[in-house]
Amino acid sequence: MSTAPPDEAGLDRRVRDFLAVHDPAATDRRDFLRARFDAGLAWVHYPPGLGGLGAPRALQDGVDRLFAAAGAPGNRPERNAIGLGMAAPTILAFGTDEQKKRFLRPLWTGEEVWCQLFSEPGAGSDLAALATRAVRDGDGWTVDGQKVWTSMAHEARFAILVARTDPGVPKHRGMTYFVCDMTDPGVEVRPLRQMTGEAEFNEVFLTGARIPDEHRLGAVGDGWRVAMATLMNERVAIGGHAAPREGGMIGVVAALWRDRPDLRTPGLHAELLRLWADAEAARLTGERLRQQLAAGAPGPEGSAAKLAFARLNQEISGLELELLAEDGLRYDDWTMRRPAEVDFTRRSPGYRYLRAKGNSIEGGTSEILRNIVAERILGLPAEPRADKDVPWKDLPK
Amino acid sequence: MSDLLYSDVEDDLRAGLRALLAEACAWPDVLAGTETDAPYDAALWERLTEMGVTALPVPEAAGGAGASWREASVVLEELGRAVAPVPFLGAAVLGTAALLAAGAPDLAADASAVLAVPLSTPPGAAPDGVRADGGRLTGVITAVADAGAAATLLVPAGDGLYAVDPGADGVRVTEVVALDMTRRLSDVALADAPARRIGDTGAVTAALTTGAALLAAEQLGIAERCLEMTVEYVRTRYQFGRPVGSYQALKHRLADLWAAVAQARAVVRYAAGCAASGDPDLPVAAAVAQAHCSATAVRAAEECVQMHGGIGFTWEHPAHLYLKRAKSASLALGTADRHRAALAGLVGLPA
Ligand SMILES: Cc1cc2nc3c(=O)[nH]c(=O)nc-3n(C[C@H](O)[C@H](O)[C@H](O)COP(=O)(O)OP(=O)(O)OC[C@H]3O[C@@H](n4cnc5c(N)ncnc54)[C@H](O)[C@@H]3O)c2cc1C
Repeated sequence: MSTAPPDEAGLDRRVRDFLAVHDPAATDRRDFLRARFDAGLAWVHYPPGLGGLGAPRALQDGVDRLFAAAGAPGNRPERNAIGLGMAAPTILAFGTDEQKKRFLRPLWTGEEVWCQLFSEPGAGSDLAALATRAVRDGDGWTVDGQKVWTSMAHEARFAILVARTDPGVPKHRGMTYFVCDMTDPGVEVRPLRQMTGEAEFNEVFLTGARIPDEHRLGAVGDGWRVAMATLMNERVAIGGHAAPREGGMIGVVAALWRDRPDLRTPGLHAELLRLWADAEAARLTGERLRQQLAAGAPGPEGSAAKLAFARLNQEISGLELELLAEDGLRYDDWTMRRPAEVDFTRRSPGYRYLRAKGNSIEGGTSEILRNIVAERILGLPAEPRADKDVPWKDLPK
Repeated sequence: MSDLLYSDVEDDLRAGLRALLAEACAWPDVLAGTETDAPYDAALWERLTEMGVTALPVPEAAGGAGASWREASVVLEELGRAVAPVPFLGAAVLGTAALLAAGAPDLAADASAVLAVPLSTPPGAAPDGVRADGGRLTGVITAVADAGAAATLLVPAGDGLYAVDPGADGVRVTEVVALDMTRRLSDVALADAPARRIGDTGAVTAALTTGAALLAAEQLGIAERCLEMTVEYVRTRYQFGRPVGSYQALKHRLADLWAAVAQARAVVRYAAGCAASGDPDLPVAAAVAQAHCSATAVRAAEECVQMHGGIGFTWEHPAHLYLKRAKSASLALGTADRHRAALAGLVGLPA
């Protein structure tokens, strides 16, 4: 048997062989997903044994398409965005063999959902300021602190967590990265209601939570570097997939425009066309980013994609309400609910308008992203820093 | 989805051109050239012609380079970066596209035919300033780009496209003072001028649509160069004890501009790809390209002026050359607003 990674034709063949043995209609969903992982057809660019075959990342699309065309069950990526987009690549890059074996398969199949315990009441944009303490305790760690705005913590089995392990050194150097078991008795998840009425995110209280040392990702004190890798992956995860024209929020509004001639006004028409062209430009930028990734030369356009996405989603969802006029005054449901995923398109226009406000805050605010573009991509000088060489414990809080 | 990246051939073409333009088209010379009577830089145009870049989309059998509008689009990026004073848009894009569409590719090989329509004409508009009467044309066409470089004027009249010799009796080409000092404009007056019919007005529409797609590449080049100049400057200009580029008020605007330029590149590549392959999506691609890229180029040039402070407002700084080109180009071949209005029909979003 050859060990060279398969090419496109080879992958096509493997998918067809797989489907011949595992009939999607007749196989249990979980069993099907597990078998797909074991066959290396989950993330084709991951190594053999970890859901992949070491094939070029570019070939993933084709594999996904073949599975979708065969009516295969999906792993519902919208339910486990943090697991798939951020935890998995970080575990792959920094995890031990045991960690990779333990975590990746149930993560990919969606049996175990992940959340991200990064932000704290006192540390959001300034993630490295975080105060949650992890203290060495025999063969593990004891963690105390409070996390906040944690999406899907109420659904999650595991969390990626950054905690302070050395308050006596400057903030970036005293942090360590862990995998936290959300069923630990020291972990308490409380819903945190959002402006939409529901509670998609949470407060998470860590009180004497135990983490075995085997669940540390990377070296003690190296948490910032590992966290940076997570955040880089977050940005790549954003613009990196192919979308059809009118695929996002603009499609919702375009359909409304076509269905309801009674709502049209010249001013809204001009606005709609401006946003339509902007959305198409954003889509092409995402497509170009995808082609760069596929060609093995990722560009920095991911940051442009996130900035554009946030702005467009907000402007277009705002336009939708204006278009609807009277109906735009209504809302579907203020009941405090705990959704298992963000239900952007299936809820009401008012919900979309409000939820889109999170797009320029979650995963790094647009202001922080502009700083990153300006400093890392354009090479502009950094802001003067007051906190660089001061031990974390001496920083003003 | 067409390929939005650059090929190796395109990268080589860009490198060669950039080197040539650095030497033969430095901005102080461009500025000096605007104060002469020469309608364009004839020496540079000749070198570009010798390199073959003026006939890239013309088939080899017709004496061209046998490449495509994709490569021509890369040339426009570089010419935009240099605000090069050559008649590429009027001749090598609009003229050539009209001739290719009219089925007269051999006339396009030396890029010496210029499409005689007002530069502001959007695709789809039918210029109607000229009357055809038994093979003779009469009328006036204002604000024609690059007419001073034309060996042949391609004039739409009635339902036809006509070739006119600018030296013939009854033809008068008068240069006008243009906002863009690096792309000269002329008024063309025809009084019973002899003409030869070479195609119908479909060729004009095709030329204007291809022109709009390609002009976006020039706008990308302008925007990219303005962003670069500005970033270089704000990194080294100190006020209040800090480089001004360390102030967020400027950084964030530059970051947003960078994002707009990154988007422009994707849009330009798509439009050029559609023009090259005759993709039926070309009208949409060209309209999106003009809607996005003209605004981006103007914004980049305006930010370049502003962030250079007083120096940016002087004649001795190149920022104004870019601003004049960018603003004029945003009116050329239809404003962004007209292109968005065209989209309404193209993508089924009626008023
Ligand atoms: C819907 C949603 C889901 C989220 N999910 C998660 C999650 O699952 N896990 C998790 O860990 N976190 C999550 N977050 C938290 C999110 O990452 C933070 O809210 C975000 O990073 C901003 O931090 P902050 O709220 O502390 O705001 P702050 O950092 O206090 O910022 C306040 C304002 O100041 C601006 N600002 C801050 N610093 C600068 C600067 N240097 N320059 C210019 N402007 C600056 C910000 O842009 C913002 O406008 C979520 C947030 C939202 C809205």
